[in-house]
Amino acid sequence: MTLAAAFFYLFAAITVASAFKVISAKNPVHAVLYLILAFFNAAGLFVLLGAEFLAMILVVVYVGAVAVLFLFVVMMLDVDFAQLRAGFMKNATLGFTVGMIVLAEIVFFVATQFLKPGALPAGLVRAAPIPQGITNTEALGRVLYTKYVYFFQGAGLILLVAMIGAIVLTLRHKPNVRRQNISEQNARTKSTAMDVIKVPSGGYNIPDKAAAKVAAE
Amino acid sequence: MIGLGHYLTVAAMLFTLGIFGIFLNRKNVIVILMSIELMLLAVNINLVAFSSFLGDLAGQVFALFVLTVAAGEAAIGLAIVVVYFRNRGSIAVEDINLMKG
Repeated sequence: MTLAAAFFYLFAAITVASAFKVISAKNPVHAVLYLILAFFNAAGLFVLLGAEFLAMILVVVYVGAVAVLFLFVVMMLDVDFAQLRAGFMKNATLGFTVGMIVLAEIVFFVATQFLKPGALPAGLVRAAPIPQGITNTEALGRVLYTKYVYFFQGAGLILLVAMIGAIVLTLRHKPNVRRQNISEQNARTKSTAMDVIKVPSGGYNIPDKAAAKVAAE
Repeated sequence: MIGLGHYLTVAAMLFTLGIFGIFLNRKNVIVILMSIELMLLAVNINLVAFSSFLGDLAGQVFALFVLTVAAGEAAIGLAIVVVYFRNRGSIAVEDINLMKG
């Protein structure tokens, strides 16, 4: 067994085992940590496949952003997770049945379509053949910014919409907070801001009620 | 030697675990979102494996876009969970019936 095969089995086994722990862990914080482990090992699989750029992006985006976001939300929400696990075993039978049906379908499809000898024809027309002699990142950049530039822009648009959507959803206006309103401030004039009050001159008058109080003491 | 079938098997197992997780944690919307991430990871492994074994870079480009959509989906989904928790004080899936759908 070569070193690459040994590493494939290592990464694959840890990925599948940690994916199983993600769905079966009692504590959702542990589930998120196992999700991070699964992503790291999937990145290892990508490296074995020669997709170094995607492997690094997987680590940066999933481990650095998505998993930390999950961790943040799990820790921030004060939820009784034990109560959410009620009926865990009751659902397991149905889930196992559906999962096995899907797995059987995938396996039969893959076994009949792609694992036969000659299932991947040599003279295939390729949309973007992998060029030889340059790194994976450079090759990906060369097609991503030329041939797939509109898709790239579309991906940017999706991220922008997701960002604005997340901000709009979670932004909260408290009713009792007085904020600075610049346009209101700029629109102030002398006539709206000042009131001239005529004060009658002629000494110092104690109002009747206060005077009575002073007299009583 | 490790062939395409090995990678497809790993991806199929991950995808099945994702489906299994959705059924298993039917009340916990956060674990459901994590299961969806697992399924998207399985799809990505498929795309990259085919890209590598067919010698075609388009699969990796597509995996990049799947990654983008997965990141956006996680952000929006978690934002909805946070807003829902703020309004109702619970994230149990069977309580989510505001729209009587």
